[in-house]
Amino acid sequence: MKDNDLAIVVEDLEYVYEPHSLQAIRGINLAVGRGEFVGIVGHNGAGKTTLLKNLVGLLLPTSGRVIVDGLDTRQTTVAELATRVGYVMQNPDQQLFAQTVEEEIAFGPRNLGLAEGEVKGRVQAAIALTGLDAFRQEFPPALAKGDRAKVVIGSVLAMRPDIFVFDEPTTGQDYRGCHQIMQIAHRLHRQGHTVLVVTHDVALVAEYTGRTVVLCQGEVLLDDTTAAVFAQPDMLRRTHVTPPQITQLAQALPRELGLPACALTVEQLGQPIAERARHIAPKQQRAGLLWEGSYSSDC
Amino acid sequence: MTHPSEPTIIVDDVSYRYPRTKRYALRHLDLTIHRGEFVAVLGENGAGKSTFCQALNGVVPQSRGGRMRGRIVVGGLDTQQATVAELAQKVGIVLEDPETQLFTTSALSEVAFGPENLGVDPEEILRRARWALKAVGLAGYEDHAPTALSGGQKQRLAIAAALAMHPAVLVLDEATSQLDPMGTVEVFSVVRELNGQYGLTIVMATNKGEQVAQFCDRVLVLHDGELVAQGTPREIFADAELLGRVMIRAPQVSQLATYLEGRDTSLADFPITLDEARQGIVQLIGEAY
Repeated sequence: MKDNDLAIVVEDLEYVYEPHSLQAIRGINLAVGRGEFVGIVGHNGAGKTTLLKNLVGLLLPTSGRVIVDGLDTRQTTVAELATRVGYVMQNPDQQLFAQTVEEEIAFGPRNLGLAEGEVKGRVQAAIALTGLDAFRQEFPPALAKGDRAKVVIGSVLAMRPDIFVFDEPTTGQDYRGCHQIMQIAHRLHRQGHTVLVVTHDVALVAEYTGRTVVLCQGEVLLDDTTAAVFAQPDMLRRTHVTPPQITQLAQALPRELGLPACALTVEQLGQPIAERARHIAPKQQRAGLLWEGSYSSDC
Repeated sequence: MTHPSEPTIIVDDVSYRYPRTKRYALRHLDLTIHRGEFVAVLGENGAGKSTFCQALNGVVPQSRGGRMRGRIVVGGLDTQQATVAELAQKVGIVLEDPETQLFTTSALSEVAFGPENLGVDPEEILRRARWALKAVGLAGYEDHAPTALSGGQKQRLAIAAALAMHPAVLVLDEATSQLDPMGTVEVFSVVRELNGQYGLTIVMATNKGEQVAQFCDRVLVLHDGELVAQGTPREIFADAELLGRVMIRAPQVSQLATYLEGRDTSLADFPITLDEARQGIVQLIGEAY
């Protein structure tokens, strides 16, 4: 990949929190291409949030380099970086402060000194994408948790960055909220944006992302396609992560059944089972012969 | 589960509104939880799960204000009559974010804080604190700073702090939502063990269907403040009509069974755990061999 195809380059990144000299990142190298949708997983304390904060310039490397959209974070202002990379923090309540949803979302673009017409247009677009139309005049802290998270995402959208990083956006969200937020991320990705999502929710990672980076004690343990990462349960266990239940089920089935050894979603396993069952039911034939070799033995 | 006979929690036609709101957060709740049960509370955000949890130790309505109708009795205490301090000895509560709950400089002092405030004899405090740490698998961590523990360990410490009060009921409100997958299992396992070993009654609000299926005896489903369903995890997760109405997350293996049923393929028994699903699929497809 050519360098200008890269949204993010992390080179030998180390990060130490002072004053207790706690080393949270121990030599990370990472290149993320433009338009990738990357999941980041790992145990509590693996360095996921510290890595994200380094990507948006809130933290600067103790050593090594972070290049975002071609800019070295150490030589770029946070304001400049904020137009390139949008950061959705883990807890929406740490990020919200305005009196209405509209004002909250308008704050960033207004701070960029944009004309009022442009600000309005951006607010409108962000509200449309996040589905917040009914809440424009509401007081953000009074909204339900899922909607508060959407306001934060909207306020980041209005900055029109190329790159979006989400820090555990679905923590404390219910099932519907999780999918609504991941759908927004998915839409951004489809529009060509680069999206990174840190989460403990492996089922969402499996369903939505193409690539997964696994962190363990401040280092990259695995970095591969999401399917290849979840095919390594033993490695994942080292960083307190288990593959999604449906993936574990596919892995646990006897291979002679001829079902795929890798499934990232319920449909990916359900569909071949339903097909097999249809063939078996009328004829009671040795369906295994029909299907032998149809699926590769790993992800 | 110990033999379910004695009701530990009685909720008698309870409705509740927060101050200055019109909407009821809880509506006509009527239920009983027996000694030694491990009950999960499922529901969407805003369904009333947290309000229900806080009603069990009297924080709702005593600290939150608002108006409550009906009656909740926990371990023989009426939550609107007894003081919150009295209730704290019957009901331990563990919240979503352990950081908001832990505040001392060592695990031992964290766990000792509650009984110290009750004026318990110092030797007894130490005995209880060491017992509670051991019960959650943190023996040997007495001198560790709570801030230096992992997420799962922090939540186990918060559980130990509640245990040191010798409660009859342990309430956990989304206590695993910030934890990594193994930290989540770690907390559920410890709670299950306390439940089995000491007959502790557990009420756990959560969104984690896979662990509910694996660890819990009974599920309460709240929707818009109402109790819309209750049953065993299998009854709840197999109820396609209910899950179409209330967005709760069934285990993926149960979702698979429901998906197959929609395609005229049934597993012999509706699975809620990985092992059950594996056996069901082997039976379904392996039969052809």
